[in-house]
Amino acid sequence: MFPTPIDKTSSATRVAYKVALPVALLLWLLPLLAVALTSVRSSADITSGNYWGWPTSFNLVENYTAIFTNSPLAAYLLNSFKVTIPAVLGAIALSSLTGFALGIYKFRSNLFVFFLFVAGNFIPFQILMVPVRDLSIQLGVYNSIYALILFHIAFQTGFCTLFMRNFIRTLPFDLIEAARIEGVSDLRIFWYVVLPLMRPALAALSVLVFTFVWNDYFWATVLTQGAHAQPITAGIKSLNGEWIAAWHLVSAGSVVAALPPVLMFFLMQKHFIAGLTLGAVK
Amino acid sequence: MSYVTRVWQDHKTTITPWLFLLPGILMFAIYIVIPIFQSIAISFYRWDGLGEKTFIGLENYRELMRDDIFFTALQNNVIWLVLYLLALPAGLFLALFLNQTTRGIRIYKSLFFFPFVISQVVVGLVFSWFYDPSFGLFNTGLMKIGLSPIPVLADERFVTYGVIIAGLWPQIAYCMILYLTGLNAVDGEQIEAARLDNVRGWRMLWYVILPQLRPATFIALVVTVIGALRSFDLISIMTGGGPWGSSQVLAYYMYEQAFSEYGFRMGYGAAIAVVLFAIMLIYIGFFLAKMYRDEKGR
Repeated sequence: MFPTPIDKTSSATRVAYKVALPVALLLWLLPLLAVALTSVRSSADITSGNYWGWPTSFNLVENYTAIFTNSPLAAYLLNSFKVTIPAVLGAIALSSLTGFALGIYKFRSNLFVFFLFVAGNFIPFQILMVPVRDLSIQLGVYNSIYALILFHIAFQTGFCTLFMRNFIRTLPFDLIEAARIEGVSDLRIFWYVVLPLMRPALAALSVLVFTFVWNDYFWATVLTQGAHAQPITAGIKSLNGEWIAAWHLVSAGSVVAALPPVLMFFLMQKHFIAGLTLGAVK
Repeated sequence: MSYVTRVWQDHKTTITPWLFLLPGILMFAIYIVIPIFQSIAISFYRWDGLGEKTFIGLENYRELMRDDIFFTALQNNVIWLVLYLLALPAGLFLALFLNQTTRGIRIYKSLFFFPFVISQVVVGLVFSWFYDPSFGLFNTGLMKIGLSPIPVLADERFVTYGVIIAGLWPQIAYCMILYLTGLNAVDGEQIEAARLDNVRGWRMLWYVILPQLRPATFIALVVTVIGALRSFDLISIMTGGGPWGSSQVLAYYMYEQAFSEYGFRMGYGAAIAVVLFAIMLIYIGFFLAKMYRDEKGR
């Protein structure tokens, strides 16, 4: 193991490490702690300039109730779920099919199709912006959650295909071969043999794509306007404009916006990290 | 036997993979592949997004050559790219710091990873407060040590660096996780052998560890470069490209031009997007070439 395990070092180093760890973490997360603390401050604290001292009162309930009752935050939050969940399901459904096709079958343009999906992952969104906006208008979904759902499904399918295909390549091919010799149809092989084995990949992709789609801000501003369709990332931006100097409210809103992906990450940590390494670092 | 069933029986093995691919390819073609070519085409037109398109050949690109803000954006993209690469050594450093087995280290690792999970909109807001000239922690600190406050985001000299630091925060967390996973897979026997040969510290890192971390470094490099060139959210939240276009980057400038408050300039925006796309294509090519070698090597 590198560096040397701290248990095998001198006791001075051990103590220093035990102290350095929480201090480093505190500094690293200081900006977030500030937001969390600000989100429970009273407006009196904000106007008197008490930003960094101990809050004079803890207005946890007041502030969080205020943002949900006096602003369309709840609508934004709901939109985020309404966009993210179908987008995750759609992208995973499509990419388990494409991943299966590219992982199992040998055909001439296999690698070309695969590389097309991979390359699509890395392109700048701006090269898609004008035509995708136009397409959404023509399809009649512009300025609705469907515009976002459709785009996210298409875009995330690229990333998911990369992941699924590489994952399927690691499965025991003999199993599939054996099923084929038994005369099992391809669709049944996909459904009964391969899909159950792909569970870890499906879990990893779900959490990862959930975070990607939830945190999207660019497409939210390009394809939607207003609280009836915009997800919370765009919502926070516009509330920030409305609540000038009401930092306690903006902070509370930010905490709400950040919470779902954070929870996702903590609940499914192992899968999340497996997904991030693109399956390349084993 | 009907014609359809006969074709199916004869070409079953050729058709089957394409049936599985069809829905995915269709969505991907409609939303990703075709729009790329449409954007390239639009960049040769003058178009307000609603009315008729007017073909103007390379005029949009000629205008770019005379556009000072375009060059500021291009230059800022280079600064972003170079400084973003600091996320690799910084992430490696953090990973080495956390690659221990003491009690509770797992929770530390996940808390250090936190910034990456949060939306960049929130990161942008957080750092805007951090830099705020009247109460932000940054300037409170400066004043504590007897310096005058610097309005980072309102100062042309510092604004780009201020935004990049905000971007580095989650990016370092990302690289850290990649390296932590990589360190997990490092061959313990090689380390022990090197230790017996009295190889330690920096020499151990350089000659034994880093070569084994190459896959992690490669992924970290790719995602960091792409992340730097994609920077949009933070600019939009923190500066809007200002003051006076000094923190502009191509991704944001394109959006601003296409949806300009002085009227939509889709053609001009598309031309900026094509330039950004061309730059990214270098890295995509680099990535695909590496993948191709790996595939052939299997």
